Amino acid sequence: MNKKQKRTLRNIIISIILMVIISIIFKVIEGPLEELPGYAVRLIKTAAYLVPYLIVGLKVLKKAGRNILNGRVFDENFLMTLATIGAFALGEYTEAAAVMIFYQIGELFENIAVNKSRTAITSLVKLRPDYANIEKDGELEKVDPEEVKVDDVIVVLAGEKIPLDGVIIEGESFVNTSALTGESVPRRVTEGEEILSGCINEQGRLRIKVTKEFGESTVAKILDMVENASTRKSRQESFITRFAKFYTPFVVFAAVIVAFLPPLILGQSFTMWIGRALIFLVISCPCALVISVPLSFFGGIGAASNHGILVKGSNYLEAIAKADTIVFDKTGTLTKGVFAVNEIVTDDEISEDELLSLAAYAESYSNHPIGISIKEEFEKRGGVIDNEKIKNSNEIAGKGIELTLIGGNIVYVGNKKLLSDMGVKPVEKKPNSYGTVVYVAKKEKCLGFITISDTVKEDAKAAIERLKSQGITNAVMLTGDRKETADAVSGELGIDTVYSELLPADKLTKLEAIMKEEKDKDKEAKVIFVGDGINDAPSLIRADVGVAMGALGQDAAIEAADIVLMDDNPKKIATVNTIGKKTLRIVLENIVFALGVKLIAMVLGVLGIAGMWFAVFADVGVSVIAILNSMRMLRFRE
Amino acid sequence: MKKRFDLIDLDCANCAAKMEEAIKKLEGVEEATVSFMAQKLTIEADEEKFDKIMKQVVKAIKKVEPDCEVVL
Repeated sequence: MNKKQKRTLRNIIISIILMVIISIIFKVIEGPLEELPGYAVRLIKTAAYLVPYLIVGLKVLKKAGRNILNGRVFDENFLMTLATIGAFALGEYTEAAAVMIFYQIGELFENIAVNKSRTAITSLVKLRPDYANIEKDGELEKVDPEEVKVDDVIVVLAGEKIPLDGVIIEGESFVNTSALTGESVPRRVTEGEEILSGCINEQGRLRIKVTKEFGESTVAKILDMVENASTRKSRQESFITRFAKFYTPFVVFAAVIVAFLPPLILGQSFTMWIGRALIFLVISCPCALVISVPLSFFGGIGAASNHGILVKGSNYLEAIAKADTIVFDKTGTLTKGVFAVNEIVTDDEISEDELLSLAAYAESYSNHPIGISIKEEFEKRGGVIDNEKIKNSNEIAGKGIELTLIGGNIVYVGNKKLLSDMGVKPVEKKPNSYGTVVYVAKKEKCLGFITISDTVKEDAKAAIERLKSQGITNAVMLTGDRKETADAVSGELGIDTVYSELLPADKLTKLEAIMKEEKDKDKEAKVIFVGDGINDAPSLIRADVGVAMGALGQDAAIEAADIVLMDDNPKKIATVNTIGKKTLRIVLENIVFALGVKLIAMVLGVLGIAGMWFAVFADVGVSVIAILNSMRMLRFRE
Repeated sequence: MKKRFDLIDLDCANCAAKMEEAIKKLEGVEEATVSFMAQKLTIEADEEKFDKIMKQVVKAIKKVEPDCEVVL
C-alpha cells in the first residue's frame, strides 16, 4: 500500500469507529431526544453523522464540485455526492454515511488491485538494469547504463543483470534468460559469444565489450514495447469508453424521470420517488466496466509476457483470439532452418560409414550448409578428417565437388547434373525421404547417395494440432522449397494448404490473396502470419496479426511484428491464442455480469424493493467482483 | 515529435479517457494516448511549439484530475 492508500484506509477505519460510537450514543439518548422538537433532532443527527461522512467523503465532494465548475457534471463522484446528500435530506443519516464509507472501501480496493496488476506487469521492468560496472584504475565504478558507449568494456558480477548487449571478452558463466524468453533452463555462455541485455549472470565474472548503446539494446527495446502496449486499444476498450460517455447522462436523465414522473402521474409522495431515484443513481455507476475491461486486457498482456511472449497491444490479443486462418513461413518457423543428414543409401558394396566418409572428405573445405551437415554427421559418428589424405579438392559451381585422393582415386560428390556430366549412371535405389540428394561416385561408378533435409521442429505438429482444436480452421504453409519437400513436411504436420516454390516476394502476394479470400467470405476474418523475421518483415506488417518467432536480438522482426515470441517454440502460438481467448471470455463475463446485475438492481430500486444498501453492493460489490475476475489473467500459467 | 511522459497519481480509468480526449483536441497535437494501466502519456505534437503545447497539456490534465502530476 502506498501513502495515499494508507491515508484512505485510516480515514475509513476512523469513520467506521465514529459511526459505531454515534449510533450507540443516539441509542442511549433516544428518550431525552424525543422531548426535543423534530427539526432540532434532525439537525443534531445530521451534524453528528456529517463528521464520519466528511472524513471519508470530503475528497469525493470536492472532486464533484470541481468537476461541475469545469463543466463536467456527470461522473461517479457527482453520482455519489447527489445520492448521499439526498439521503441526508430524506433523514436516512446512517445510510448516507455508510454508503460513502462503502464507496471509499470499494475505491480503495480497486486502487490496490489495479496497482497490484500494474506491478505484476511492470515486473518485466525488473529487466531494467539500474547500473553498469565500468573498470577504472582497477576498481569497479557503477555508472548509468545510458552513459556507456559502444566498445566500452563493462564487468558483470554473479547475480547481476547484463545491462547492455555485447560480446564476452573474458569469463564464462550460465545466464538466466527467463525474463526475456520465459525459458527457465540457464544457458551457458563463453568467451567470444554474443550476450543480450536483460539476462542475469548466474555465476562467475564476465567482461563484456559493449556492441550497442542502451537505447538500442534488447532490454530497452522490449521495455519500450511493453510500455507502449496499452496505447493500442482493443475494440472492447474503446467501446467501454464511448459507452460511459453516453451512459452517465442517460442514467441521470432516467433518474430525473423516476423522481418526478410517477409522483406527478400517480400522485404519490415526492420523497419516496426521489429516494428511489437516488438508489437508481448509485446502482448505475459504470466504474465496474470502465476499470475491469482494460484491466483484463492488461492482465492478458502480462500473462503473455510471463511466457516470453510480447504482445504489442490489446487489439492484437483480440485479433489472435478471433483468427481462423494461420499462415506459416516454413523455414525457421515450422522447421529448424538447419540441415541434417536424413538417410544414407549405398549400392551395398560399401558401408554407410564409408560412403559418408568419402562425402565428408570431399566437403572438407566447404562451408555450404549441405557440406557442413555432412561433415557434422561424419563427426557425430566418430569420424575425423585427415587432411594428409587429400591431394586436391575442386568445386564445380552449382554441381558439386571433384576430390582427388593421395594415390590417385577421384571421387565425385554432388547432384544428378554432376553425374551426367561425368557419364555416371545414378544407383537404382530411390530415396525414401524428401530433401536434397547428394550422390557419391568413384571411378565412374555411383556408390550411393545421402539425403539432406531441413528438420521439422519437435513441437510443430503438436502446436498445429492444438491450434486446430482451438478454432483455427485453415493452416497454410508458404515456402520456397520444391513441391515434393513442401508436401512431405506439410503432410507430416497436418497443414491444410501448401504453396511451394515461391520466391521471397511471392510470399507477400500469396498472403494478400489469402487475406482477400478470407475477408470476402467474412469481413471480420483475421489472418495470422508467423515468420522468423528473416525476409518476411513485409508479411509480418501486412497480416492482421504478425507473429515473429525466435526474435530475441532481431530488431527488424521485433519492429515489424505485432506479437513477438522471444524463443522459437511454435507451441507458444497456441499459448498466446489461449491467453487471447481467455482474456476475451473474462471481458465478456464482466460486461454481462456487471450490466446484468445493474439492470436487475435498477429495476428493483425503482420498484422500491432494493434499498440503499443493496445499491451500494450493486455498485462497489460488482466492481470488486469484476476486478477479481480480471485479475485471474495474471495467474495464468501453462 | 513523439514523446512519452510518466503520470503520477492518475487515479481513475475514466479520467484517463477524459484527459486523452481533452489533449487530442489541443491545437498542434497530432496524436495522444493516456494509458491508465501504464500511467503514461504518449503524445505526438508539433516540434516547434512542443513546450507551449505541453503547458496546455498539463493544464488539461489538471482540469480533469488536479492531483495528477506530469513528470516533464
